[in-house]
Amino acid sequence: MIGRTLADRPLAALAVLLTVFGIAIVYSAGQTDVVVPVVARAWQRQLGWFVVAALSALLASRASVRVLEWSAWPVYLGGVALLTLTLAFGSGAGTAASQKGWLTIGGIRLGQPSELAKIFVVLMLARVLAARREAPTSLLDLWRPAAVVFVPWTLIMLQPDLGTGIVFIGIFFCMLFWSGVKWPLLVLAASPGISLVLAFSTGAWGIWFVMLVALVIWYRPYLWEGIALVVANVVSGVIAPILWDRLQPYQQRRLLVFLDPQSDPRASGYHVIQSQVAIGSGGWFGKGYLDGSQKRLAFLPAQHTDFIFSVVGEELGFLGVSVALGLFLGLFLRTVRVAQRANDQFSSLVAFGLGASWFVHVIVNVGMTLNLMPITGIPLPFFSYGGSFLLSCWLAVGILLRVSSEGRGRAGTFAM
Amino acid sequence: MSTSFHPNEVQRRGRIASVLVLLTIVTLGSAFFRTQVLRHRQYTLESEQNRLREVPLPAPRGIIYDRTGQIIAENLPGYTVSLLAPGTDSLRAALRRLSGTIALTPAQIDLAVRRFRRAPNRPAVILADASFDVVSVLEEHRIEFPGLIIQASPKRYYPDGAAVASFVGYTGEITEAELGRDAFRGYKAGQQVGKGGLEKQYEGQLRGREGTRFVEVDARGRVVREAGARADVPPERAAVLRTNIDLDLQRYIVELFGDSLQGGAVALDPKSGAVLALHSAPTYDPNRFTGGIPADYWKSLNTDPRRPLYNKVLQGRYEPGSTWKLATAALALERKVADLDDHMPTSCTGGYQFGNRYFRCWEKKGHGSISMRQAIAVSCDVYFYQLGLKIGIERLIAGGVSLKFLDRTGIDLPEESPSQFPYAVEYFNKRYGPRGWSNAVVLNLSIGQGENAQTVMNMARFYTALATDGREATPNVVQRTVKRDSIMNLSSEQLTALRDAMAGVVQAGGTAASAAIVGVRLAGKTGTAQNPQDPKRDHAWFVGMAPAEDPKVVVAVMLEFGGHGTRAARIASKIIERYLKVKAAPVPVTEAGL
Repeated sequence: MIGRTLADRPLAALAVLLTVFGIAIVYSAGQTDVVVPVVARAWQRQLGWFVVAALSALLASRASVRVLEWSAWPVYLGGVALLTLTLAFGSGAGTAASQKGWLTIGGIRLGQPSELAKIFVVLMLARVLAARREAPTSLLDLWRPAAVVFVPWTLIMLQPDLGTGIVFIGIFFCMLFWSGVKWPLLVLAASPGISLVLAFSTGAWGIWFVMLVALVIWYRPYLWEGIALVVANVVSGVIAPILWDRLQPYQQRRLLVFLDPQSDPRASGYHVIQSQVAIGSGGWFGKGYLDGSQKRLAFLPAQHTDFIFSVVGEELGFLGVSVALGLFLGLFLRTVRVAQRANDQFSSLVAFGLGASWFVHVIVNVGMTLNLMPITGIPLPFFSYGGSFLLSCWLAVGILLRVSSEGRGRAGTFAM
Repeated sequence: MSTSFHPNEVQRRGRIASVLVLLTIVTLGSAFFRTQVLRHRQYTLESEQNRLREVPLPAPRGIIYDRTGQIIAENLPGYTVSLLAPGTDSLRAALRRLSGTIALTPAQIDLAVRRFRRAPNRPAVILADASFDVVSVLEEHRIEFPGLIIQASPKRYYPDGAAVASFVGYTGEITEAELGRDAFRGYKAGQQVGKGGLEKQYEGQLRGREGTRFVEVDARGRVVREAGARADVPPERAAVLRTNIDLDLQRYIVELFGDSLQGGAVALDPKSGAVLALHSAPTYDPNRFTGGIPADYWKSLNTDPRRPLYNKVLQGRYEPGSTWKLATAALALERKVADLDDHMPTSCTGGYQFGNRYFRCWEKKGHGSISMRQAIAVSCDVYFYQLGLKIGIERLIAGGVSLKFLDRTGIDLPEESPSQFPYAVEYFNKRYGPRGWSNAVVLNLSIGQGENAQTVMNMARFYTALATDGREATPNVVQRTVKRDSIMNLSSEQLTALRDAMAGVVQAGGTAASAAIVGVRLAGKTGTAQNPQDPKRDHAWFVGMAPAEDPKVVVAVMLEFGGHGTRAARIASKIIERYLKVKAAPVPVTEAGL
């Protein structure tokens, strides 16, 4: 059984390499001049979680894809219930103390349900999208998948956890793409969100709006859909400032700092600047494993979680960064391959969705360390310290291994 | 079988997805390349600035010696206490906690914060001169103050204290204004610099080179590594400074002035210009300036009506009075207007009628008809009124200019003010209008009154020419090569005769007969200068030299509110006697310096 599960050795090897690399960096992140005991011991717990996660992955890989498909509904409903519970009784922790992301019972933090939510949303989306004979061609067709994402997304945004929210949206669009939705419809579906972002610049929003109207005329959706789209874009362009006012001050700050990190270097922008300094001072080959001064002297924030990739950059240099990014690239390409070769639509969508989730995490997290993305506090798969997340990543590995083993040696027709 | 999942479609989408993933990762990678490779230098610098703090290792200032090798200024071991902090707020917090352990005034806290703002990457100095007790208390509590830096730093010490302040000056922390000046390029906030006297004049030689110790700090400003974070740059000790000062003579002069006398004295070697001693009384204790002057002491110095911070030898300008008559006499000889044995047409009857004004002689009884030689000895004003008239206003002023009475002497001390004298007849035209003044100014000028204000140093310089062959010597405190310019074109017989006339001053019948020295022929001239602040209390002058046949020393003494010049003469005479007699074998100082 294990032999069959590990049929996709490259995938398993990439995941193991990334995790081992990650634990080595978590260990280094704990080696600071003024020792923070929790961080210093993090690597031991991460190692323990790795054992649990690997066993869970083996277990997950033993479950047939059909079982996953069948269980998508109950798992999804259970997950949503868990998120609701978290919202009601959750607690904050660490750098995200003001968020209710942790499910806590009797003072013991059990985990972050939002990490598992990424998996059950992928399963449920795959099920809903696979149930259609044809890819959605109108916005109305999108209501079911949209609803699948919207419920947990809302619960998570209420925690509030902007980063995970962004990941959900990324997963949603990636899976729509994989299900065969044409790109104009993807753009139209995303248009209110784009309007929201561009609303801060009247000129940019104006140009965008003209392009949108052109796209609507060219794509010719249902008339009322077209009207609704235009109205939605106008509304989000106008209500954006109002929404802005409702953002938490720290969120406003973070977004502003994203736009101009030099604006307040001692406060929020400080993190990004110190991360860039750490990475930039690494040079070609880095300052040496364990020897990053930015990390060692606590200039790097959250160096074992959100900013763990800055440690890679500082201590191992461009070489280490290239190796890490190369491993991720290999993992993504392998995942796409698994999705291509999957036996059926559901398996294919699950595989692509899980890969998409990782992809969005990597882009947002790594981009954040160089100030290419806003600081949203989302972790780096296989690297960032955190039990729930490592477990979630390895559950995904298990599912992918299963899909891969059920798939064909080479892509062929699906047996429906 | 849905068409959207037709194998060809899946293959196509897979290719698109793979290409997009590849492009995204490559884009990320190139962003890292830009940051890590192309901007590596800049970020390395920032990272080093983050982690390293420069703790200055002050260089011991150069030791200042007198001509016999006695120490004028040296360095004692001292401690500075400073704090490293990541920001102003945490510095204030640390200072507040620190004030629970050692007494800190709010003023000291504010000063430390100001110092920090000036140079946030260097430790902010809290106590520039901490006592050993304070240091040991702090060492005990070191763990509680992670940014605390206790640094051994030499502090300036003047063994003779106030006795040498008039020429040595003092040191203090560099000010913000000084930091902005070109002269202080390369200096850093918190450094000690010379603030006056030799300390300021020879700052470049005395400062040495400050070293740097690099300590490693973490993001909260806690010192993580005290040494080895980067190789230290050791401080470089400065070269010593050898001066012409005769410390024994200097101490003697200070003793003579005591606490009561107010004024200044300078002793020069007329052949080399070597400043043997220079004292302005009262003065201040330069040791109290080290490590920050106590506010009450500073206030008392500034409010003292006797102005201890005002150098009465270099800055003070006083009407030279009769000491200037030698200039009139020298000019008359040089211009061949009169000879030393010539009498003036009008004999002295206690005054001189010029136009509708009557000019008094200081001696109301009158001196009768006397020669220039005698007129110098008895300081007859009437004789010099007429001598001045014979020289004429144009030549008298031009002569005064050529004798450098409106110049600085060029002594190597920064405080010197230029003396004041009309630059030409133009001066009177401009000041009073062409018809606003009369030839009567000649009479005043020729007896050293009127528009004439000289520093004690400049009068001493003028007398070095009289003491030698007509060449003045630029006064110099530090042994160095000086140029000697001839300022009066007189024969050695004429100069000898002038000195003989001055010897008459301190002989029976002279104005300062009581200042005579047994066994030494003293020559000099008294002066009594009108005091614009208090007409009843004149300033007393005496400029003299000895031995008259070949002077080894020129001494100028000025006593503020000293009354008659005789008092100054007695002081000068004691100085000269001490120098010539006690100093058995003065160290020879050649013109070329040592």
